Amino acid sequence: MDRNRLQHQVACMKRSLFDQGYLDEQFIQLEELQDDANPNFVQEIVTLFYSDSARLIHNIEQALNGKPIDFSKLDDYMHQFKGSSSSIGAKKVTNECTVFREYCSAKNAEGCIRTFQQVKQEYAILKRKLEVYFQMVRQAAVAHTA
Amino acid sequence: MAQSNKEKSTKITALVVDDDMINRTIHHRLLDNLGIENEVVGNGKEAVDVHCSGKNFDLILMDKDMPIMNGIEATRKLREMGIRSLIAGVSSRSTEQEIQEFMEAGLDDYLEKPLTMSKLVTIIRKIDSNG
Repeated sequence: MDRNRLQHQVACMKRSLFDQGYLDEQFIQLEELQDDANPNFVQEIVTLFYSDSARLIHNIEQALNGKPIDFSKLDDYMHQFKGSSSSIGAKKVTNECTVFREYCSAKNAEGCIRTFQQVKQEYAILKRKLEVYFQMVRQAAVAHTA
Repeated sequence: MAQSNKEKSTKITALVVDDDMINRTIHHRLLDNLGIENEVVGNGKEAVDVHCSGKNFDLILMDKDMPIMNGIEATRKLREMGIRSLIAGVSSRSTEQEIQEFMEAGLDDYLEKPLTMSKLVTIIRKIDSNG
């Protein structure tokens, strides 16, 4: 497939990620930091996010298994996770983090557990979508113009 | 615009203080793009230590919530040391009380995360205008 068509597909996929609420403006901010010297900056940041946040997810899971649950520690972990998520423009993930923190603030364990499943689901969905997106970006970059 | 900003900002230096690796990387890149020489540290104590080693910066981007020494303590400590750099607090916690507490520690400005190019440019213009 030639470069123009691939680039069009990349643009379409990106638009749909925004239209469906997976990404927000912050993702555009990251793209604007890319240049010839750092052509893969966004992909690198997203990769860093997923590797770094695995630790936070583990910490949150451990904290949710605590007896009793330390809601203050739980909120701290989620605050960090939410901060990282919003820094890459992960809109749905960030929104679920907000809901989680509300349950945390209310010391509602059941709400936290339920919402954390949503957080993990959105986190996984976004990861898959971004993997496909970056693969298309790479293909478009090396494709020849017809 | 990037080229003229780089030429204009070559003498400005900055310190990024944030415990989050993602934010450190993004803020470092934002500053790089503006032609600002910058270093990154992971908490308030490291920020204080780097100043104790004799380094000085025009701009400090100070996260609020960090382990070991948070941004409020670090800002107070730096001001007590006589550091007159422009310190901009950066945080995602945004209640009025929390911002007030952070400002009273000695901030010159407060920015809400995530940091963007336009927010940074606003801060840098303050440095340029203060000479």
